[in-house]
Amino acid sequence: MSDVLERPASSAPLDDGRLKIVGTRPIRPDGVDKVTGRALYGADLAMPGMLVGKVLRSPHPHARIVSIDTRKARALPGVKAIITGADFPELADEEYEAGESASNLRDLALNVMARDKALYNGHALAAVAATSSAVADEALSLIEVVYEVLPHVVAVEAAMADDAPVLHDKLFTGGLKEKPTKASNIAKRNEIKRGDLAAGFAEADVIFESRYDTAATHQGYIEPHACVASMASDGQCQVWSSSQGQFMIRTYCAKVLDIDASSIRVTPAEIGGGFGGKTTVYLEPLALALSRQSGAPVKMVMTRDEVFRASGPTSASVMTVRLGAKADGTLTAADVELKFQAGAFPGSPVGAASMTALACYDIPNFSIVGYDVVTNTPKVAAYRAPGAPISAFGVESAMDDLALTLGMDPIALREKNAVHDGTKASYGPTFRNIGYAETLEAIRSHPHYSAPLGPNQGRGVAVGFWFNVGGESTAAVNIAEDGTAMVITGNPDIGGSRASMAMMAAEVLGLPIEKVRPIVADTASIGFSMLTGGSRTTFAVGMAVTQAAQKIVEDLKRRAALLMDVSVDQVDWIYGAAVCTDVSKGKADLSLADLAAKSGQTGGPIGSQISLNAQGAGPGFGVHVCDVEVDPETGHVTILRYTAAQDVGKAIHPSYVEGQIQGGVAQGVGWALNEEYVFDTGGVMENAGFLDYRVPVASDLPMIDTVMVEVANPRHPFGAKGVGEVPIVPPLAAVANAVRGAIGKRMTSLPLSPPKIRAAIDAG
Amino acid sequence: MSKRTQVSAVVNGDPVDFLTDPGATLLDALRDELGLTGSKEGCGSGDCGACSVILDGRLVCSCLVLAVEAEGRRVETIEGMAEGGRLHILQQKFLEHAALQCGFCTPGILVAAKALLEVNPDPTESETRYWLAGNLCRCTGYDKIIRAVMDAAAELRQVRV
Repeated sequence: MSDVLERPASSAPLDDGRLKIVGTRPIRPDGVDKVTGRALYGADLAMPGMLVGKVLRSPHPHARIVSIDTRKARALPGVKAIITGADFPELADEEYEAGESASNLRDLALNVMARDKALYNGHALAAVAATSSAVADEALSLIEVVYEVLPHVVAVEAAMADDAPVLHDKLFTGGLKEKPTKASNIAKRNEIKRGDLAAGFAEADVIFESRYDTAATHQGYIEPHACVASMASDGQCQVWSSSQGQFMIRTYCAKVLDIDASSIRVTPAEIGGGFGGKTTVYLEPLALALSRQSGAPVKMVMTRDEVFRASGPTSASVMTVRLGAKADGTLTAADVELKFQAGAFPGSPVGAASMTALACYDIPNFSIVGYDVVTNTPKVAAYRAPGAPISAFGVESAMDDLALTLGMDPIALREKNAVHDGTKASYGPTFRNIGYAETLEAIRSHPHYSAPLGPNQGRGVAVGFWFNVGGESTAAVNIAEDGTAMVITGNPDIGGSRASMAMMAAEVLGLPIEKVRPIVADTASIGFSMLTGGSRTTFAVGMAVTQAAQKIVEDLKRRAALLMDVSVDQVDWIYGAAVCTDVSKGKADLSLADLAAKSGQTGGPIGSQISLNAQGAGPGFGVHVCDVEVDPETGHVTILRYTAAQDVGKAIHPSYVEGQIQGGVAQGVGWALNEEYVFDTGGVMENAGFLDYRVPVASDLPMIDTVMVEVANPRHPFGAKGVGEVPIVPPLAAVANAVRGAIGKRMTSLPLSPPKIRAAIDAG
Repeated sequence: MSKRTQVSAVVNGDPVDFLTDPGATLLDALRDELGLTGSKEGCGSGDCGACSVILDGRLVCSCLVLAVEAEGRRVETIEGMAEGGRLHILQQKFLEHAALQCGFCTPGILVAAKALLEVNPDPTESETRYWLAGNLCRCTGYDKIIRAVMDAAAELRQVRV
């Protein structure tokens, strides 16, 4: 079930109430390929003479690499190439901005292939290319590595301790007033402050404080990382891979291997899920290096075990949240401390977690301090609204307890402190055109919110925020000789973006959706675009597509004026045809097909390309309500009902907006209830497979109801805001708050697994 | 290296012969020997269902079946689901309900759903959810998938009447 709530007052430039395509639900253009098995993903390409590439990974979470002897492996018939860290150039310690997160290129290269130290179980040490999978496996077993095993540390607070084993002897905590003299696992301390914290708490009638922790979870895309790469003897490279950005793959391969970007052509495969986890490289530089050495194309595909041990995940965390409020619920102060596990290299999402932690609230006095902490675990990768679900778990759990303490309705407490248009956000800018109040109201007035509950059942509410981003984007629209259109973009389609791109172009051109074919082009065939991430594609690339289509319409009016022999200001473009506004001239309308057929007479082929840096992505807010039932015998939690409301700006294709919301909720429920990295005392992940790392299955979930609140974003031609990330922010706390209602106990440690819930019930 | 074995089977109604390593899975053979890459490998351990095929009428994970076990047997994969150019009702309903996002799990889920409707033409929502519990989808939250399967079941029942 789904509802759409509209606030027509602030409408987008092109939303004049006459939209024919935007807002409808056509079948996605890539749909037939995907339901028939034709769609080609990362592992589905085969090239003639292709070799199989495999990676040797560290069995130890922390070890000095004394030596790697590849001689026996090289002597094995069928082995065509072997690489180690020595095959890669030493890189400078420089930051590179890519989408949601900056990457340190040296760290990136060291994560792709270790040099002096293995920093986590699963860290790549060497790779081979061989004529078959079996030969490659045998070759890996013949590589002799001598390790000096070092003490390791996994838990974030243990890594912060003074006596912790230090991962990087040149890592000094950033963000301190004085530069430290001793290396530390704390890569950075960040702080956001407003007002006078002590005064704020002194004003409070009620103060609530608690500590929370969350486990590391994996993005859990079903398609493992996969690529085919080929480097010819002239240095020209071809890469076919599944990622969230072919230009990101190009950049990172060029940097890690020190090759000109223009010498690398990356073709995006269909992507089998990413959720942020495919915003970086693991295999592609290795495959290129193996191809360079062997002279043949190399295919590399991770096993699921490798995906868990060597890619993703997101941070485990420890948090404290302290809130102060007046008796009427007005928040006077908030003090938040976040400690995030970054994995083997700096770069946890603690910065975004800090910026989002209080973004839903207007609080005069607050302090948010975050710590980015390296540990002997896989380097974390972006995961859908990176960091925000974690800090929201702490803050929204605390808000729930505050509401209980004050005897207030949880939505009323949030409304009392909600940000509005004109509020200065906790992270700096001033909010404009936000639909948070409407989204709160959508849940408060939803029948779910007042439905009765039975025994052992509870209801939880939580809110969530994500910035959404814009950024550099390119799109081209070309008109074929029959008047149909191709829309060419450079952003991998994760959740249906080709449909929205085609719809926006069709709307502007006045074509039926079937006459517009969208494609995602390789890096040599379209200009640069930042990767698919930050919920940016429909907003930013959609803006480029719309402008490219508008440019064509202007050109078509000019061409029609030529053919009609009237002035261009006498020509209008109405539903796919040029119409002469001066009826007295008696000119017949010219359709796009007519104009395309005569393009030779009016200036040649019809096409346009727009490159822009989109600004003004509207932030998104979600409000979720969840009902659970807890089995007091087993501690098992069943999700009975879930409703998620979100301000989406304008749903271009409502089905895929609903799909984003439902998918985000499902991932959040998994994070809340089941999912966690479990390490043994030796620092080895014990549950590196889908049997033991349990993502939600169909029988774990009910239908997920969605309410799309449409408060238009005036910066987007149709009013769209990013939608993909917001929905994973509230569920962790919504579920925990519902469990609190069901068992009368506050659970502060995720996941809410049955043993933990049993223990809480048994504690009485 | 052990010698490769010849296997004769019927895949999507057509007789096929292929050579396979004794340790290769049916999934490997389908993908690498027969070029049928619609069946996907998400885990290689029977936990995700992306490689679901029907072997002699029974739904299996093709990553848990040895290729040599296909000798003399009938295999149905996603590539055989549409008849000619005509989509199966399940495929059509998946498109209409937007029951896919990245699409990687979709072939396995469609094959599993077809197997469900063959044994149970009128499944309840719970029966559908439990039948498909062996097929992981990380994108959709399953909502639209369940609706599409139940809608397809309803339409197939009408066709049969």
